[in-house]
Amino acid sequence: MTPSLAPELAGRITRPAGPLVIDIAGVTKLYQMGEEIIHALRGVSVKIHRNEYLAVMGPSGSGKSTLMNMLGCLDTPSEGRYEFTGKNVATMVDDELADIRNREIGFVFQTFNLLPRSTALANVELPLIYAGYAPAERKTKAIQAMQNVGLGDRLHHRPNELSGGQRQRVAIARALVNSPSIILADEPTGNLDSKTGVEIMALFEQLYAQGNTLIVVTHEEDIARHARRIVRLRDGLIESDGPVG
Amino acid sequence: MTRLIYELTESFRIAFAQIRANKLRSILTALGVIIGIVAVTLMGTAIRGIDTGFNKSLAMLGDDVLYVQKWPWGPVEDFWNYSNRPAIMPDQADKLNRIIEQTPNSLLEVAVPVSSRSTSVKYGENKVSGVFTIGTTADYGRLISADFSEGRLFNETEANGGRPVCVLGFDVAEAVFQNRSPLGETVLVGSHPFTVIGVVAKQGSFLGLFSFDNQVILPLEAFRKYFSARRGAELRVKITDKMRVAEAREELIGAVRRVRGQLPGERDNFNINEQGAFKAQLDPIKQGIALAGLFITGLSLFVGAIGIMNITFVSVKERTKEIGTRKALGARRRTILLQFLIEAVSICLIGGIAGLLLTYTLVQVVSVTLPAIPVEFSVSLVFISMAVSIATGIVSGFAPAWGASRLDPVVALRYE
Repeated sequence: MTPSLAPELAGRITRPAGPLVIDIAGVTKLYQMGEEIIHALRGVSVKIHRNEYLAVMGPSGSGKSTLMNMLGCLDTPSEGRYEFTGKNVATMVDDELADIRNREIGFVFQTFNLLPRSTALANVELPLIYAGYAPAERKTKAIQAMQNVGLGDRLHHRPNELSGGQRQRVAIARALVNSPSIILADEPTGNLDSKTGVEIMALFEQLYAQGNTLIVVTHEEDIARHARRIVRLRDGLIESDGPVG
Repeated sequence: MTRLIYELTESFRIAFAQIRANKLRSILTALGVIIGIVAVTLMGTAIRGIDTGFNKSLAMLGDDVLYVQKWPWGPVEDFWNYSNRPAIMPDQADKLNRIIEQTPNSLLEVAVPVSSRSTSVKYGENKVSGVFTIGTTADYGRLISADFSEGRLFNETEANGGRPVCVLGFDVAEAVFQNRSPLGETVLVGSHPFTVIGVVAKQGSFLGLFSFDNQVILPLEAFRKYFSARRGAELRVKITDKMRVAEAREELIGAVRRVRGQLPGERDNFNINEQGAFKAQLDPIKQGIALAGLFITGLSLFVGAIGIMNITFVSVKERTKEIGTRKALGARRRTILLQFLIEAVSICLIGGIAGLLLTYTLVQVVSVTLPAIPVEFSVSLVFISMAVSIATGIVSGFAPAWGASRLDPVVALRYE
């Protein structure tokens, strides 16, 4: 029997929300696709606080991916306001966005996106290189992050020597290593079998308990229900936004 | 600043990991650069070799000697004007020397007459033909820079008395006497016996055309007695200060005109030749050869550079997703640009070093097996070719690296 990805809701804790991290108001995003102009987002407003565990849900074409890119500072809105910890992201240029991503956001991708020729440790160190940490400090922090995801004994393995679940753990360690304000996970269990998916969601639960802010983008209801709050998108608009329960 | 250093270190690490992971591809790409660098550096050594050989040859003529001759060095169009000139006779040297003595602060030191023709030298069964035979005075010793490997030049008494003594060029002595000492032996110059009193040390050849070692030097009087009394000569005039060649030349023209009884307004019926003018004449040719050579070999390097550009484009394309990931993790444009530039430069540097080693080996082989071909390897060549390699890498890697640095992270992350 395949284990269910659905969480055990009874008895789980919800941490009180902290200060405001993300403040999005009236955001639209237009794409030009040949002749056609696509309204990926038609005016989305959402506030996310520290210590939240949020899921973004929606079918394909709902604008879910566009919102995720926006939240991850990979993209800027066509119109509207986007403040990240009080800083106006909407008008930032490439390199400023890169610095925000480096310091404030930890990415977890569906396909893990580890560098194939680097060891797990080197992969985890990468954001710290861009942040300008000295080699010794880099190593200490990276080892700590690896231990935090339970891979203290896999430091010098390359991605192809690790299982899918282990790879995603390395990716999570990499997301955590620079102590970001939010961790943004895009379909984190999409490429994993159910059992491993359960493990990864358990790890997320643990990270949440440790005080991290998590945003999970998914199309799976079972995964979304691990969060404490779900934002549902449809046709570029927020359909609903409320606590899980 | 420290961040940049960490990024650079990381870039080098990635670059070498990348090269290791794609060995065959990197080697093939580097091959283009290797061939280019070998071609360019070989050309460089050849140009340097020609230059050195050329200067060495010119030095044999002496940089402080002016040649008074009927003909200029180099091509002439109106040769009848020259052939009708009255011959320059050896006794004009004496007259010239008297004028020099009478001139206070003369820039001229001494004039030496030199007559020449081709004869043979024979000792026992050994005979050398086509030996450049010159007749001159004892002052000849003041002109030449060459040392004597054995013996000496004839002195004034021997010269004036027309004694049958001779000095052999190195090759002539070796050919006729093999390993024996020729001193005191009697050789036949033409059909006349001469006693060998000296051998000039090896000097080498002039531009590879004319060997200074294939000669025999006789006292002028003896030369005139046995070979040709009416034969013309050239006057070689040593100057006192090689920094004031032009002035010395002017003084010499005036003096020679007096010696040859030329009237004011009459055109000089002689030429003053000097190695500097020779050099000026040959320099443009030499530079033309160098430029053409560098251009042709440069083309092969250009082809190598295109290979590097191509492989960097491929590398960027293959790793689009990696670029997206790096950007998501906080890599700035500069970081990505540097990473791919360093990769291109690394391949070029590897190619450059390999090419340089190959050139070095080739130069050693050539200089051992074919000493006649002038090639010369130099330290500056190492630096130049390293600089050229790095420049090639930067130039050819820039366009793809720039493109990579400008990639939209959203698009790059979605790339499969």
